[in-house]
Amino acid sequence: MTYLADGLRLPTNGLDYTILGIYFAVVLGVGFAARRSVKTSLDFFLSGRSLPAWVTGLAFVSANLGATEILGMAANGVQYGAYTVHWYWIGAIPAMVFLGLVMMPFYYGSKVRSVPEFLLHRFGPSSHLLSSIIFAVSSVLIAGVNLYAMAIVIEALLGWPQWVAIVVAGLFVLAYITIGGLSSAIYNEVLQFFVILAALIPLTIVGLKRVGGWGGMTDKITSQHGDNFMSAWGGTGIGEANPLGANWLTIVLGLGFVMSFGYWTTNFAEVQRALSAKNLSAAKRTPLIAAFPKIFIPMVVVVPGLIALVMEPTIGKAGSGLDYNDAIPVLMRDLLPNGVLGIAVTGLLAAFMAGMAANVSSFNTVFTNDIWAAYIKKGQEDRHYLLTGRVVTAVGVLIGMGTAFIASSFSNIMNYLQTLFSFFNVPLFVVFIIGMFWKRTTAAAGFWGLLSGTVAAMLNYFWLYKQNVVSIPSDQGANFVSSIVAFVVGAVVMVVVSMVTRPKPAAELAGLVYGTKSPGMEEAPEAGDEAWYRKPALLGWGALILAAVCYIPFSL
Amino acid sequence: MSENQAPGSGSGDGGHPASGATPETAETEYQQEVTELEAQSATAARLFDVRRIIGGLFVIYGVIVTIAGFTASDADLEKAEDININLWTGLAMLALGLFFLIWQQLRPAVPPVPATEEQLPRE
Repeated sequence: MTYLADGLRLPTNGLDYTILGIYFAVVLGVGFAARRSVKTSLDFFLSGRSLPAWVTGLAFVSANLGATEILGMAANGVQYGAYTVHWYWIGAIPAMVFLGLVMMPFYYGSKVRSVPEFLLHRFGPSSHLLSSIIFAVSSVLIAGVNLYAMAIVIEALLGWPQWVAIVVAGLFVLAYITIGGLSSAIYNEVLQFFVILAALIPLTIVGLKRVGGWGGMTDKITSQHGDNFMSAWGGTGIGEANPLGANWLTIVLGLGFVMSFGYWTTNFAEVQRALSAKNLSAAKRTPLIAAFPKIFIPMVVVVPGLIALVMEPTIGKAGSGLDYNDAIPVLMRDLLPNGVLGIAVTGLLAAFMAGMAANVSSFNTVFTNDIWAAYIKKGQEDRHYLLTGRVVTAVGVLIGMGTAFIASSFSNIMNYLQTLFSFFNVPLFVVFIIGMFWKRTTAAAGFWGLLSGTVAAMLNYFWLYKQNVVSIPSDQGANFVSSIVAFVVGAVVMVVVSMVTRPKPAAELAGLVYGTKSPGMEEAPEAGDEAWYRKPALLGWGALILAAVCYIPFSL
Repeated sequence: MSENQAPGSGSGDGGHPASGATPETAETEYQQEVTELEAQSATAARLFDVRRIIGGLFVIYGVIVTIAGFTASDADLEKAEDININLWTGLAMLALGLFFLIWQQLRPAVPPVPATEEQLPRE
């Protein structure tokens, strides 16, 4: 990897560094300024459940707009072309709307402080402990992936060795979360959202002009890679070959349903943003407000990937010296003058830090509330848990730094992440969806569903796919299939185990299962929440329709 | 501060979570704990308004980048396909920054009224 760096070195100057320096100062300043608002553990882990919906909504989209998203999705754009839009329009929006409209009353209304805690009350300690441990482990792994991606960019930008970048950036995130807690993480995510847009929009505009506008880009790409490369569904018939290695069925079921719902509805790094909203209406609107920017993000992430493919046709091929993940840094180097270049560098680094911060701030919450306070040190004063949260933050970041070195053995970061998600999130989603909608399902079913689904996904990926027992054309295709396998195995095991074990008494399920109520759900709406643009149903259906409309130009 | 056991709850819900509670009205033990923490939490009252930070940062960035646009060299313009990208980006950032500052002025955040004042411990 190291020889790539010289070719990518950005022509930064003092102006760019000034812009970057100001950002770092502001980020730390936000941490210190948020410190005085942290009085209880609830302030530290969930911002006291008091933030407005637009703040939590932008943080919701930002928490996902980390290194993985920006570099990884641009890389997917280079590798798979317009198919990449599936990760947004079918692979995110429906799940976000479902989270907001259907699941949020159970999450927020039941006053749980984390996603695993919901399992504790719905199922019991065994599935709770298992999912808490899986979540804690996967969060630090993913934090490490974000850190590694950041190190690549800092290496390209400043020429620092990767390990220096990993240590410095990690300590920075450690500082502002330990000091300011979730409020500090969320505020910096909101800030990052705007800075990254200020970076990516100019990059896309200049890039499009370079390649001859949208029409020029489309012509050049289709003449080299065929018509299907600029189409969302072309070539996805079952049995047809396409770069993604998936057909419409695995896209719709694997990515659009199982994987996406698994990620967006049960990943606590996302759901935590909604749980910090000030009331149930704001919590429901959090993922719905996030859905609208999410629909348009491919315009400034996937399109630059396509532009990079036109400008550097050999990108990602052996001998070109450029990796798929280098698409956006290449455009920054070739298109942006000093000034905007500084904004772009700042935006990327901000995105990396925010992505990692989202993982760290959800990790510390789950570890402290769901492992430490639930099983190791029960019944302590609140101050004890606040302190534990801070210590655990530091430990989590340090482990993440170690993980960053594991991630460096994969060329496409997104593949690595998707693989992890299909192992961890999908079985969790099965357990949630069945647990929320079927009163009869039992505590034992929750535990065995979770475990069997995770093991099934791993067996499918590492044994059937990696050992070539079954033939799947690409890693992405294999991920989609693994998710479907995890879902089916988990669901079947849950149904079977439920049949032979005793369900929880109905009284213990109030507010946790569809059709029941809890006091938190009957909270009076705040003044102004009746305005039409604050109606969750309207926002949700609007986002779904808009996403469907976006498919039209890529489907004709 | 959390050693005072469920002050004034009176819902008759002791012991095990949810056991014997009437589901429609009573909060379980863990829900009461969250309710209590929410009453004591300081975020709503003390956390600054993020619009001030976004506004301030984007006004500063806007000014810096706009100046870079006014002083752009021919090489800068050529690199960005003859678009004065610094100027346009700078002006757009300035506008966004001003939007947030003005929004905050017009609709300042209202700190919530503490629900039960006698229960809020003073520090």
